[in-house]
Amino acid sequence: MIEVRNLNKSFNNTQVLKNISALFERGKANLIIGRSGSGKTVLLKSIIGLHDVDSGDILFEGQCFNIMGLKERNIIRRKFGMLFQGAALFDSLTINENVRFNLDMFTTMSVLEKQKRVDHCLDMVDLENVTHLYPSELSGGMKKRAGIARAVVMHPSYLFCDEPNSGLDPKTANIIDNLIKRITLELNITTVINTHDMNSVIEIGDKVFFIHEGQKWWEGSKEEILSSGNLELDDFVYATELVRKLKEQRD
Amino acid sequence: MLLRHLGNYVILLKKIFSWPEKPSVYYKQTVRELENLGVNSIGIIAIISVFMGGVITIQTAYNIENPLLPTYLIGLAARDSILLEFSSTIVALILAGKVGSSIASELGTMSVTEQIDALEIMGINSAGYLILPKIIALMIFAPFLTIMSMIIGIFGGWAAGTFAGVVTTTNYIQGIQFAFIPYYITYSLIKSVIFAFIITTVSAYHGYYTNGGALEVGRSSTRAVVHSSVVILLFNLLLTQLLLS
Ligand SMILES: Nc1ncnc2c1ncn2[C@@H]1O[C@H](COP(=O)(O)OP(=O)(O)OP(=O)(O)O)[C@@H](O)[C@H]1O
Ligand SMILES: [Mg+2]
Repeated sequence: MIEVRNLNKSFNNTQVLKNISALFERGKANLIIGRSGSGKTVLLKSIIGLHDVDSGDILFEGQCFNIMGLKERNIIRRKFGMLFQGAALFDSLTINENVRFNLDMFTTMSVLEKQKRVDHCLDMVDLENVTHLYPSELSGGMKKRAGIARAVVMHPSYLFCDEPNSGLDPKTANIIDNLIKRITLELNITTVINTHDMNSVIEIGDKVFFIHEGQKWWEGSKEEILSSGNLELDDFVYATELVRKLKEQRD
Repeated sequence: MLLRHLGNYVILLKKIFSWPEKPSVYYKQTVRELENLGVNSIGIIAIISVFMGGVITIQTAYNIENPLLPTYLIGLAARDSILLEFSSTIVALILAGKVGSSIASELGTMSVTEQIDALEIMGINSAGYLILPKIIALMIFAPFLTIMSMIIGIFGGWAAGTFAGVVTTTNYIQGIQFAFIPYYITYSLIKSVIFAFIITTVSAYHGYYTNGGALEVGRSSTRAVVHSSVVILLFNLLLTQLLLS
């Protein structure tokens, strides 16, 4: 469980996050949605400590993360898995080495044990045939999947995904969404996902937070989102012709 | 501006030299960088050394065309230029161009593609992990490159000098042995180690703090080369005064 309380963050006098409070529960896919530039990435990076916040608290299982020293922080960070927007795989390592990286750094497992774990994670994302390739030799969707494998290799307690399916075709996006959802349930972890894809919301959004101009504008479940009656949220949800048509049909 | 750069540079140095989490991993990285930064520079250093040695010798020969001066002075003067200045300072400037730009663009790319963030999130000291092996590797390898450059430079001087007919082999060899001061070599090696530290840290600084996209990576890379060259020249002045006076 992750809790953020009254988070404020600004860059050079422009306030990006305005007093955001939210509770991200364990075993659920928590979605942060909002338009481009609304502050989703900044929020996610503030939660994991890549940005220092101006004020407010970030609590992991009740422990205040943002006032910890680097050593204590790094202990909690070992329980993080993160999928970056561009996957952020290490260019100089093969897919196999990328996924194994954390095991090499932080465990005393034998070579065989490590390989077994890596193979398992790569199997999970259907990448068992490209393990010897370098990230530059993979397609965007494959990189994302490799990124997920790397994120879960250490059995994280917290999984963060920044736009896991942006730039992917609907089918692959769906596969990735469901993969994240399955991992969340299987490992019973706290998952926080940034997205502006309404398909993901409908598919996996156990809990949805709508960010508008740096504020938390609305929160609820995917069932509630279609009938929230919130002007800005409806504007976001019904932005595409397709969803509008579906709504008309339903009404 | 300059003070802010200096402040951030010191902060980065502190980060680089704090708690390595797994020394064995650092060792592996250092071996990798030895090849990457050191061994891969042998070619260019060799080429430049042989030509510069040749040019220095021929120029010296034409400058002392006084028949009263013995021709072994050509070998002596060429040797001292190579040992004192060329094989440390010029080689360092070449390395600043080659190694500096490669370090800055590598780290810059890692920064803008969030690979450095990824390391931080794993709980790894990204600055230490990425930069320390480069510093150590180049500081270890720079003296070898310098010695190699001296040998090749002096050989180039002989080859060009005899080929152009400005000095005979006997005279040249007599010259390079005459009034030889071993301390010049020590002096050059000390400089090369310090220059290696400057090149790696200044370039790493520009790369590590790159924000934005591909354009900024290019800019960081240029800045890395320019700044490390300027700092090298500055320190060259200081060290010359300090070590030779
Ligand atoms: N490092 C930074 N320095 C200054 N301003 C920043 C920085 N990072 C983000 N911002 C600003 O914060 C605002 C929110 O950016 P953010 O990246 O969080 O948007 P987002 O919701 O993730 O958008 P997208 O969906 O396009 O990824 C933007 O106006 C951006 O200009
Ligand atoms: Mg974003």
